[in-house]
Amino acid sequence: MTSNDHGDTLAQQVADAADNGTPLCIRGRGSKDFLGRTPKGDVLDLSAHSGIINYEPTELVLTARAGTPLAELEAALSESGQMMPFEPPHFGDASTIGGTIAAGLSGPRRPWAGSARDLILGMRLINGQGENMRFGGEVIKNVAGYDVSRLATGSYGTLGVVLDVSMKVLPLPEAEVSLRLDHTEVDGFNAVEQAFRAGLPVSGAAHDGEQLRVRLSGTKLAVDAGIRHLGGEQDDDPTTFWHALRDHRLPLFTDDGPALWRLSLPPLPDTPDLPGKRLADWGGQQHWLRTDASPEQVFGEAERLGGHATCFRGGDREGDVFQPLSPGVRRLHERVKTAFDPKGILNPGRLYAGI
Amino acid sequence: MASVYRTEDCQFTVDRDALIRRLGEALQGDNLLVDDEAMRPYECDGLSGYRQMPQVVAIPETVEEVRQVLRTCSEMNVPVVARGSGTSLSAGALPHPQGVLLSLARFNQILDIDHDRRIATLQPGVRNLAISEAAAPYGLYYAPDPSSQIACSIGGNVAENAGGVHCLKYGLTVHNVLEVTMITMDGEQVTIGSEALDSPGFDLLAAITGSEGMLGVIVEIKVKLLPNPPTKDVLLAAFNDVETAGNAVAGIIAAGIIPGGLEMMDGPAIQAAEDFVHAGYPTEAAAILICELDGSADDVEAQREHVCRLLEEFGSEDIRVAQNDDEKARFWAGRKAAFPAVGRISPDYYCIDGTIPRRQLAYVLQEMQKLSDDYGLRVVNVFHAGDGNLHPLVLYDGNVPGEFERTEELGGKILELCIAVGGTVTGEHGVGMEKINQMCVQFQTPDLNQFRALKNAFDPQGLLNPGKAIPTLNRCAEFGAMHVHHGELPHPDIPRF
Ligand SMILES: Cc1cc2nc3c(=O)[nH]c(=O)nc-3n(C[C@H](O)[C@H](O)[C@H](O)COP(=O)(O)OP(=O)(O)OC[C@H]3O[C@@H](n4cnc5c(N)ncnc54)[C@H](O)[C@@H]3O)c2cc1C
Ligand SMILES: Cc1cc2nc3c(=O)[nH]c(=O)nc-3n(C[C@H](O)[C@H](O)[C@H](O)COP(=O)(O)OP(=O)(O)OC[C@H]3O[C@@H](n4cnc5c(N)ncnc54)[C@H](O)[C@@H]3O)c2cc1C
Repeated sequence: MTSNDHGDTLAQQVADAADNGTPLCIRGRGSKDFLGRTPKGDVLDLSAHSGIINYEPTELVLTARAGTPLAELEAALSESGQMMPFEPPHFGDASTIGGTIAAGLSGPRRPWAGSARDLILGMRLINGQGENMRFGGEVIKNVAGYDVSRLATGSYGTLGVVLDVSMKVLPLPEAEVSLRLDHTEVDGFNAVEQAFRAGLPVSGAAHDGEQLRVRLSGTKLAVDAGIRHLGGEQDDDPTTFWHALRDHRLPLFTDDGPALWRLSLPPLPDTPDLPGKRLADWGGQQHWLRTDASPEQVFGEAERLGGHATCFRGGDREGDVFQPLSPGVRRLHERVKTAFDPKGILNPGRLYAGI
Repeated sequence: MASVYRTEDCQFTVDRDALIRRLGEALQGDNLLVDDEAMRPYECDGLSGYRQMPQVVAIPETVEEVRQVLRTCSEMNVPVVARGSGTSLSAGALPHPQGVLLSLARFNQILDIDHDRRIATLQPGVRNLAISEAAAPYGLYYAPDPSSQIACSIGGNVAENAGGVHCLKYGLTVHNVLEVTMITMDGEQVTIGSEALDSPGFDLLAAITGSEGMLGVIVEIKVKLLPNPPTKDVLLAAFNDVETAGNAVAGIIAAGIIPGGLEMMDGPAIQAAEDFVHAGYPTEAAAILICELDGSADDVEAQREHVCRLLEEFGSEDIRVAQNDDEKARFWAGRKAAFPAVGRISPDYYCIDGTIPRRQLAYVLQEMQKLSDDYGLRVVNVFHAGDGNLHPLVLYDGNVPGEFERTEELGGKILELCIAVGGTVTGEHGVGMEKINQMCVQFQTPDLNQFRALKNAFDPQGLLNPGKAIPTLNRCAEFGAMHVHHGELPHPDIPRF
């Protein structure tokens, strides 16, 4: 193997930490240190464990080491006219694929193209005992054994250290356009749903409180049909707004102010009733909110609406930042955590206190 | 017939009379079967080469009854095997000799079709096709469509992470399920997932999907519905050899087209299907591809032209575009009826489910032919070509002594071939009892230990579907001793007996 494969060394580091009971803080490049509860423990650095291991465009599959920067993957993919359909957010230039998968983050295309977990096919993972394991694979259909790769996606490194990931990739759309329309939030998202039902290639739908933004991606013919169907004004560059939304570079995200919350909700018609500035993405199923409301208030509103909330940036990083779990689900979390990390050394408390 | 269960998986002590008494209290009227005659229909699933009678069959009608059955079995340390429609092709629903077979067949109600929000709420025994039928008046459907869809249940689909001919574009069950309510072995009810697009914490929904009834009993499911595509085109292309057909599949995908369905059948499969359903297939062809394109009318037209051009470039001399709904249905009919069609040309057939990287198709076909010659057993091929999922059907006669055993052995060799080229032993049918030995080849000791630890997290007593899906290290040691792979023993770290 090339010198970029540090799997064995990393596994040894984890095994040693398990022996000594030393907590580890797993780190890609730390671009998402702000995310989750406050990181604690000795740093386990994945940045050197990097590089694309296998990429076969006709198989629609790419395998890369966890420390590979997203930018490097995107460059390799776009050379072959392909992309990661879940449109991972970039928080800084060096965001790694491991950190992205561990945080389970997906961008604006998610409702129509699938999430990070949807596109994961396989994973090499080090558990809390320093054992190097492999689950899933590089084929699109695979039901051998429990789906540990997807279970570990979005677990913030609390179940294992991700070494390599295999994921499904898709062709880049032939054409793309970004539209602005003067619709209210609910009417606008309903119009997008109607367009989707008519077979039009919706790949983004957001509302900033003033305007509806719609992105269409597909064949030239399909995108043109979408423009005729929806109307509105076209952005000069179809990527500007959506990348700024994806990477949190819009003023709602960058302005000073109270904590940034994310609410993930069932389909319309309900929208959150909370004070503060709000931007709706994912056709109304993901909301970004800057609010002074207490965590109890935000979690309560998310629960009332049948979804969940995360305190994304700011706020109290020692308290709950992820929606508290029901007692039954919490019990399963504790047991699953123990099954992977019996000594509790992997990112302890990053997700929930005690997990 | 000797039990296919290993002794180590049958170490329970069951007081059958006490069990019948306690379950009789938990269940109403005729919801408990105890006579051999009544239980006989439950002794096997779709893989009828494996048969086993349970102690009793419980057919609860309410969630409360399910809880009572599980709680009772937990207290009495009795194994439980859940069963939906019993169409599993991996003996996943095969009863345990010391256990209760728990049928979910009476949970057959569609609880809600929320057409505005495109969400269906279902009991686990609802048939897959019934969901799409109920959604049809609203222009909606449920995407994963196993060929068994008229019979198989949504609960069984979740437990197996079932696929279908439209998976390439619309995903497997795991991509279409939003929420599952299940009862754990200790009788607790938990709801996992939600109507939102993700959930806080671990993705337990992914762990449960495809868990083969080993983590909990599913009692309610919410799935996502999709709008019917406004236009669908179905193409059929004939090829003079299977290899060029395989190249055409890779070529279509390399050109950036993701068809709604992309299926392949080889010569013998074409012949059998044609004799059965008279679909008008070109019976002299060595292989056909069936390609469905969907989307808006303009889009489909453009894609159709592009695909036809590619098929021609890749060497098809006979490309047909279905001209009307009748013809579309006919093109599909032969494919969807491929298994029963093969059932007519052979007393028995054995369906294999390996998945391989598409580029290995030609090589795997050649090697399978060699194996078929070596074993003197015919193999007929039907594939979900777009996603590399093979369904070689081995033809055999169960009445010829030893032929099923030889068939099984050939099947095992084919699966190991799939692993060797970077694939997997099962793309959609599950491991069950059938492929459990090959799990020892595909996974290493730490992986298997991790699976077992995860299972323990949900079911610490090990009562749900014991002896299936995840092999014990003892089993792997014995299998490995009989079966040296590439000159090296798998699991060298396990003591051998
Ligand atoms: C010198 C320097 C200057 C920088 N300047 C900036 C700057 O100006 N602006 C800026 O935004 N960023 C800056 N960065 C940060 C850099 O951009 C980030 O390091 C990078 O974006 C990658 O972080 P990450 O995405 O890998 O996720 P991380 O934040 O490392 O990880 C996210 C979550 O996933 C877990 N995790 C990560 N990898 C794994 C894995 N393999 N397995 C299991 N769990 C895992 C983590 O524990 C954490 O819970 C700088 C970094 C350096 C070294
Ligand atoms: C002709 C034919 C064609 C087929 N084609 C396909 C195909 O194209 N794609 C495909 O994926 N499969 C296919 N199959 C296989 C089979 O139909 C699927 O695996 C299906 O999902 C099984 O559903 P079932 O209701 O019959 O489950 P069963 O066979 O009853 O059970 C299957 C497994 O699920 C578990 N289970 C069932 N219900 C529950 C529940 N409520 N809670 C917990 N566990 C439960 C059982 O314990 C068992 O392990 C085919 C089978 C046949 C016979």
